[in-house]
This record gives sequence, structure tokens and C-alpha cells, in this order.
Amino acid sequence: MNDRPFNRRDWASHPPFIDPAYKSTPLRGQTKPLMPIIPGLSELTGPVYGAEAVGPLDSDLTKNGVKDGEPQGERIIVAGRVLDEDGKPQPNTLLEIWQANAAGRYVHHSDQHDAPLDPNFLGAGRCVADENGFYRFTTIKPGAYPWPNHKNAWRPNHIHFSLFGPAFATRLITQMYFPGDPLLELDPIYKSSPEGARERMVAEFSLDVTQELFALGYRFDIVLRGRQATPMET
Amino acid sequence: MTLKQTPSQTVGPYFAYGLTPEQYGYDFKDLASGDLSTAASQGQSIRIEGCVYDGEGNKVPDAMIEIWQADGQGRFAHPADGRGSNTDFKGFGRFGTGTDGHNRFIFDTIKPGAIDQQQAPHISVIVTMRGLLTHTFTRIYFSDEGAANETDPVLSSVDEDRRPTLIAQKQGSTYRFDIHMQGENETVFFDV
Ligand SMILES: [Fe+2]
Repeated sequence: MNDRPFNRRDWASHPPFIDPAYKSTPLRGQTKPLMPIIPGLSELTGPVYGAEAVGPLDSDLTKNGVKDGEPQGERIIVAGRVLDEDGKPQPNTLLEIWQANAAGRYVHHSDQHDAPLDPNFLGAGRCVADENGFYRFTTIKPGAYPWPNHKNAWRPNHIHFSLFGPAFATRLITQMYFPGDPLLELDPIYKSSPEGARERMVAEFSLDVTQELFALGYRFDIVLRGRQATPMET
Repeated sequence: MTLKQTPSQTVGPYFAYGLTPEQYGYDFKDLASGDLSTAASQGQSIRIEGCVYDGEGNKVPDAMIEIWQADGQGRFAHPADGRGSNTDFKGFGRFGTGTDGHNRFIFDTIKPGAIDQQQAPHISVIVTMRGLLTHTFTRIYFSDEGAANETDPVLSSVDEDRRPTLIAQKQGSTYRFDIHMQGENETVFFDV
């Protein structure tokens, strides 16, 4: 069994805890230095969800919220691989996603944006990557939506992603963006991740993923923490 | 290393129907909830509850807390624990602070056993919320494990005056564990 600890979180890639441009962070981000910890079993293990944990329609957001018709908007496919920093596929990893509908409205009770809800679209999905780390979702392209961070603030089109990877330590919560979106350069959340790193959150348009006469395809590979070269000292 | 880590982003305010749907009343099945106990799980049933406080001391109503723990015998339901969990206890829980009237997170679980002879019983915690761009890690220890806590290597590595932020206080069968993101009592967060 692989007991090598994971590489540290790469703070040249991840956003800081406090970024004043994103106005919710100054009171919510932690302020003291992180305490070092020698990783043990608690960090090298984590929740296990296999294919049996997800339902057959869970990865198709154009079907899993249907009440009496098809959801509105542009159908898309989002597919890619879950890898670690060594390029090793991360098999059988749970991916959970949630997003706004085509009009930029979330089903969530507290979303008061004056845009229509879609009775046939929930906006939540999940799947388990296969043995080679491949995953695939069918969904509707999410709309941009306004938010109160600053004057005339709009979030770029995005899909929220949540992954576990092989252990509690490899957990990742991120957002996938779309290529060519003019709102990216104006978005403090996207820009909270350093330049040179944030571009990794932008999916690539892919004709290979695109399904003829059905839906455009986007490729989004996700890289989790890899393992250190030397085994854990015990 | 040939690839670089995908950056973290905030979970945002609208995670509930994707990550904690049943808890918030959405028509989508929960993968995990605040109730970790199962019919066959062996051990002492406990409840852990608390609030998340921001830098002004206000309760955070849209945080999500995840916990990961060993079973009552100190074993993890994961292949890296070669001893193998001998119960059906999964060990993972998830709870949003938006449904309880007091903005608490509430976990009904089994008190974890000690993993080995050095470590005191503990639970691993992930804290995430709108306004937190990268999730943070902390641990829950137990106030009625005084002797084991004394010698726990992780707890001992923390400054004595900050150790109490990691120790859940027993009140009957409930343990209280508040999380302070900032301020004098800022919770110890680990570089996991
Ligand atoms: Fe969002």
C-alpha cells in the first residue's frame, strides 16, 4: 500500500486566505500561519465513494432535474481526467458539480437574482472517474450572474467542482471557467489565484469531446497533489 | 513533477443543492450527511456541535464542515489502513450551517478510537465557506481524553495557549466545538 505522504499544497497556485479584492475574505480567511503537521493515517486516508454511490442520471444534468420537458439553454459536454502532479491518473475519484442555469440563476433559496428558474434544471451532478481517471458530464452552459462584491460585478460563466482524490489531504474545491470569457479578467475570484496558475481553471474547447449534432465539448483536466518521493517516517 | 496543481476556489454561497441537498430540502440524494452512525457501527454514540465565527464574532450561516474519522476501534474505512475497518462505519460526514436555527453544524457519530498508542482520539475537519478561497484543515480532540491528549504528538506541537481551540468540550453526550476563523481564539489550522 502506498504510504508516501502528499506533496504540500502549492501556494504558488492556490489563492491566499485573504484577498481584499474579494470582499468576503478579510473577515473569513484565517490569519495565523498554518501549523505544520506530520501526516499520519488521518491524512493519508479519506472517504471512499465507488461507482455504486452515484445514480445512473447523476452525471447528466440535462436529465436529472427534468419535470416535464428539456432544460433551456445550450447543451454541453464537460470531460477530462483527474491526474496527480506526476501525471498519474487518479482512478475512482468522486467528482461533484453544481452550477447556475442558462439564465445565470441558481436553484438555491438565497439566490435572488432576477432571472428565471428552469423547472427542468437542478444544476447539480456527480460522477466517479473511471480506472484511468476519466470523467464526463452532460449539462447546460451556465449563464453569467451579478453579485454584490463591487459596482457592476458579474461572475464569469463557471461550474463548481468538488473532488476528494485518494485521501482527505487531496481534497480540492474549485471552479471551471470557459475559454474566451471577457469577464475572467474582471473577476476577483478567478484572479485570486496567481497569474500563470489560474489559466489551469479554464477549460479548453475540444472538437474531440464535441458530439456531432448534439453538444459542444469542453476538456477540463484536474490536477491533485502528488505523492512525495520518499515514504513516510514512522 | 510534470504537472501543477489545479488552483482552489471558494465553494461560494450556493453549494447546498449540490453537496448537502437533502439537508437543505432539495430533491437530490445526499452522499453524506451529519449522521455518520449506522445500525452496525460499534462504539460510543456522541454528538458534536458548534458554530463557525468570522472575524467580527458573527456566526457564519453558509459554511460547510466535513469530518473524517476512524471507527470506534481506531480503524479507517480506507485501503491505506491495512488493518481494515471491521464495522460498516464509513467515517465521513458533511453538514452546512444554514439549516439549524442557531447556525450550528451537528454531527451524530461514534467516538473514534485511538489510531495507535501515540495518538489521542481525534477527528479531521475541513472548513469551507463563501469568502474562503482555499479550504482549511483542523482537528477535533476530546476534553475527556486528558491523559491521551497530553502525549499526542500533534497536539503537543501546538502552543499551549492555542491548544484549547482544538479540544471539544464535553457536555453530557454532546461535545461542543466552535471554529473561530480569526481573532484572539483563532482555531489552529494545519498545513495538511
Ligand atoms: Fe457560482
